[in-house]
Amino acid sequence: MKTNRIIAVYSCVMMLFLLGPLLAFLPISFSSVSFLSYPLPGYSLQWYEKVLQPTPWMFALKNSLIVGSLSTALATVLGTAAAFGLTRKNFPASGFVLALIVSPMIVPVVVTAVGTYFMFAKLGLVATFSGLVIAHTVLGVPFVVITVSSTLQTFDNRLLQAAYGLGASPIHAFFTIVLPLIANGVIAGAIFAFVTSFDEVVVAIFIGGPQQKTLPRQMFEGIKDNIDPSILAMSAILLLVTILLMVFLGLLRRR
Amino acid sequence: MTIAPILLCAPLLVFLIVFFFAPLAVMLSYSVRNSEVPIVLPNLSKAIATWDGLGLPPASVFSALALDLKSNSDSMALGEAARRLDFEVPGYRALVFKTARRLQADQASTSGRDELTRIDARWANPRYWSALNRATASLTPAFFLAAFDLKMDDLGHITRVEEDRRVYLDTFLRTFQIGGTVTLLCLLLGYPIAFAITVLPRRFAAALTFSVILPFWTSLLVRTSAWIVVLSKDGVVNSFLTRLGVINEPLQLIFNRTGLYIVMVHILLPFMVLPIRSVMQGISPNYMKASASLGAHPFLGFFKVYLPLTLPGVGAGCLMTFIIAIGYYITPALVGGAGDNMISFFIAFHTNSVINWGMAAALGVVLLSAVLLIFGTFGRLLGLSRIVALK
Repeated sequence: MKTNRIIAVYSCVMMLFLLGPLLAFLPISFSSVSFLSYPLPGYSLQWYEKVLQPTPWMFALKNSLIVGSLSTALATVLGTAAAFGLTRKNFPASGFVLALIVSPMIVPVVVTAVGTYFMFAKLGLVATFSGLVIAHTVLGVPFVVITVSSTLQTFDNRLLQAAYGLGASPIHAFFTIVLPLIANGVIAGAIFAFVTSFDEVVVAIFIGGPQQKTLPRQMFEGIKDNIDPSILAMSAILLLVTILLMVFLGLLRRR
Repeated sequence: MTIAPILLCAPLLVFLIVFFFAPLAVMLSYSVRNSEVPIVLPNLSKAIATWDGLGLPPASVFSALALDLKSNSDSMALGEAARRLDFEVPGYRALVFKTARRLQADQASTSGRDELTRIDARWANPRYWSALNRATASLTPAFFLAAFDLKMDDLGHITRVEEDRRVYLDTFLRTFQIGGTVTLLCLLLGYPIAFAITVLPRRFAAALTFSVILPFWTSLLVRTSAWIVVLSKDGVVNSFLTRLGVINEPLQLIFNRTGLYIVMVHILLPFMVLPIRSVMQGISPNYMKASASLGAHPFLGFFKVYLPLTLPGVGAGCLMTFIIAIGYYITPALVGGAGDNMISFFIAFHTNSVINWGMAAALGVVLLSAVLLIFGTFGRLLGLSRIVALK
């Protein structure tokens, strides 16, 4: 019983370490003054008002949402098709191909960013919107392939054979039989890809140029130059969105 | 029937080849190629190839250089070439600009050895010519040598660079040391967390799992700014400790190595906990019961039976944590001190600030090789699917 108590106390300490910082900054985002320490002299919503202004915060947020959505769409289509192909029986060298596809997860992001920057400089894609979407698709697509592949492992292949036997074309069978059954996996993969892009800052710094300011870049520069409660207000909003996404993913898994 | 799966995979593979593998190949080529000088000094590059590299080159080489510098009209390209030469011999940049300016102002056509040495006596020094020779070869080891604080001297021997310019070896060592320390701290803190999740009552375990996963999903920058608030001089931790009377002066907890360790451990802990937890959840409690019924003390049972069974999860967690840690850029830049730069900092510095692409590429290739080597050695042992099926 003594061991159990030690485990419980340790768990509480670790929960404090893991969640404490995320809770400790929240009240300061409602501060009436600009310094970042307790006790707070008063409360106000001025920092939330500030981050809801069009520039720079809402502009950066909008850009991040658009880049994130487009790269997610691209990653989901490419990744789902590839995962479906990879999990077919008799796919040649599927282990090797999977290793190629997930390598953007393993290569350090700063290395990917440098290579992409050199390549995009040749192609004229540096500081362009499409360049950023492409680079974020590369980073997000492994998550789609992994999530969809693992969902497909529970997919019963006989359903597909039955569809073929009843005369369905492969494309028709995919959209009416396979896709509805793996939809949860595809949505989960898409969420991973979106979060990857939405939180990405290294590639955005390297290839974004002055034009493509994303929300993480805006936050990075804000923290680096002069951190004020408006960054904490934006952080609080993002934390809320994160919790909602987690709840949504949890519900998806339960279904 | 066999071609369809390949066709489904093809679009993604082509996309990755063009936008991921080709960029890595471009980086690799930049790390060994000499392009700046031959573009600006085409005649010289041709002429110097015939020189045996001993003493001073023949007069034709001098004339070729004078001709190239005189006819140069692209000052930006000349700047890049001058910077490349400065990388070989400090001060070369100024010499190139001075010589080009004087040659272009001087209308007399008696170019060649006399004119160059009259403009600057350094042109009579073989050192500057062997640097030119090295910078015009189509492939160069200079950037890779520099990545290890080495250089090619005028006689073609590999030597260490001057003491005050040795930065990269130390930085690589520091990168691996920070990565190793963070991995070890994550293992020491994370292993008991994973164990607790598997043995605690259901609700308590769910709450603990939630507190591991929430930071995992939260934006890196949100977590970083949260820690800056918590650890700063008048932050939560310092004011709490001061009020308790534990300390009189606030502790320096951030913008130094301590802060870097705290924040990196917080960020990377989930990468350690989640794979260990998934292995632990697959271990039947019957093993421990069996070892106890055979008379083993719980401690002996833990070390002899339980711990070895969890090693695949430990391996996957350590591998992922270490690999992510040594590539870190954002966190050291925001919460580290001046002496805590990791190798990513120099990669970014050479790409975005000083524009020495060859150097950025060589450092990138070294970091990439280290990661692939570690991954190739240990990843094979553990199996790719265990390592990447994290989230």
